[in-house]
Amino acid sequence: MTKRKTWLYAIPYGLWLALFVIAPVALIIYQSFFDLSHHLTISNYTTYFQSATYLKMTLNSVWVAFLITLFTILISYPTAYFLHHLKHRQFWLLLVILPTWINILLKAYAFIGIFSQAGLANQFLTFIGIGPQQILFTTASFIFVATYIQIPFMILPIFNALDDLNPAFINASKDLGASGWQTFHHIIFPLTLPGVKAGIQAVFIPSLSLFMLTRLIGGNKVITLGTAIEEHFLTTMNWGMGSTIGVILIVAMIIVMTLTGDQQSKGGTPR
Amino acid sequence: MKRHLAHTYLILVFVILYAPILFLIVYSFSQGDTMTNYHGFTWRHYQTLFTDARMLAIVANTLLVALLSSLIATIIGTLGALSINRTTKRVTRESLLTLNNVLMVSPDVIIGASFLIFFTMLKIPLGFGSVLMSHIAFEIPIVVLMVLPRLREMSAAMLDAAEDLGATTRQLLSRVILPFISPGIFAGFFMALTYSLDDFAVTFFVTGNGFSTLSVEIYSRARQGINLEINALSGVMFLFSLLLVGGYYWIQQASQKRKHRRREVAS
Repeated sequence: MTKRKTWLYAIPYGLWLALFVIAPVALIIYQSFFDLSHHLTISNYTTYFQSATYLKMTLNSVWVAFLITLFTILISYPTAYFLHHLKHRQFWLLLVILPTWINILLKAYAFIGIFSQAGLANQFLTFIGIGPQQILFTTASFIFVATYIQIPFMILPIFNALDDLNPAFINASKDLGASGWQTFHHIIFPLTLPGVKAGIQAVFIPSLSLFMLTRLIGGNKVITLGTAIEEHFLTTMNWGMGSTIGVILIVAMIIVMTLTGDQQSKGGTPR
Repeated sequence: MKRHLAHTYLILVFVILYAPILFLIVYSFSQGDTMTNYHGFTWRHYQTLFTDARMLAIVANTLLVALLSSLIATIIGTLGALSINRTTKRVTRESLLTLNNVLMVSPDVIIGASFLIFFTMLKIPLGFGSVLMSHIAFEIPIVVLMVLPRLREMSAAMLDAAEDLGATTRQLLSRVILPFISPGIFAGFFMALTYSLDDFAVTFFVTGNGFSTLSVEIYSRARQGINLEINALSGVMFLFSLLLVGGYYWIQQASQKRKHRRREVAS
């Protein structure tokens, strides 16, 4: 009797899975095989792979996302490491998370002010004698702002990995005469690599699709996969091509997920 | 020496993290119209904000969508977690969890674009309804992820005891299971709420012309340039997020304390 009744509870969740998880993915793949005049075709894919513009845009988007991820790691790893040594680390971690609760568009808007012609950044450049520069609407400003926004999402998983690290390993390494650098290089970094990988997942994929930042900060100089999809869906109304780029983005996502996938079965503490 | 270096580095990172936010808020009190030179204190932009009928309506819309969608997502997500927890086969459970996480890892643009195709094919008009449904859809997985660990912690002995004492399925759920997993449910609700308030990309795709949320409105105003009313808005929203974070922190602390007390009683 209990079996029959609990089965009913699963219906709303099952409906959600079917309608909002499986159907949309299927639809975006389905749509990618239609051209502007609703004919079934693979022309979207041939156009994509034969067009230098699309391929260059994709490479450029991947390159920019790679740079954003790299800078985020370079800034976040030491931050997480030093934070972990602090006394009230949970409190400080909360302070790292707090900015993520501020709407991303407000943060982007702040940088429109900071990077503007007479803004704070240019006042500083004038002060040190370089003179005002065009900062807003450049690739560099886009990378800067995207890195700024992603930093907390990288700090958090690395911090958690450091938290999971058994201090006995570090003590053992020190007892055996390893220098601080050796301990870090051979013990701490390899054991916190899963955290870095989780951080890459959280940073790289969104960086491929941040279309609002390319519009507000990049000034259409940077076109990411996300910008291209938004453009095709909402401006040129070419849903077929937009879906094709969407499928490319999904494939890119799957590649990143497999490359950074956790091989937790090999070791690590089971939870 | 090394410690000093570490502390200087951390201070630098925190300054970078908070400078843009403080910058926004400071200029919300400036008498000028740009974010370049501070012109003396004023409440003017807050007055403009609180008399801006369009903005107030959008704030109300945003809060309505956020609360309603998180409530519904929490109910569906909790039921989903209960059903996932009931599965006995490892394969079923793993594939359910994978499907559950699809919307968590998908880029916003993909979710937005695919929902747009979905709504258009079913001829569902874009507006409040489509935005609400999309928000419910992308909030459900986080609720499931917050509730599941609590369900796993629940001991089977407790459930058996309740059943032996004659509890019906309904009583088992309302008297034993739900109270035990309530911290997970609250955490899920809070996360759903922040997801909804934070979302821009998905809403932007499925919102149509008539309906707007705060994120979409900020985007369209920011594209027109600097307007210190937005700074005033960010001041208000910063205060609001502080309260939310405080509330979330407080709930977590309270539940941890309760756990400690229970442990003390048990030992």
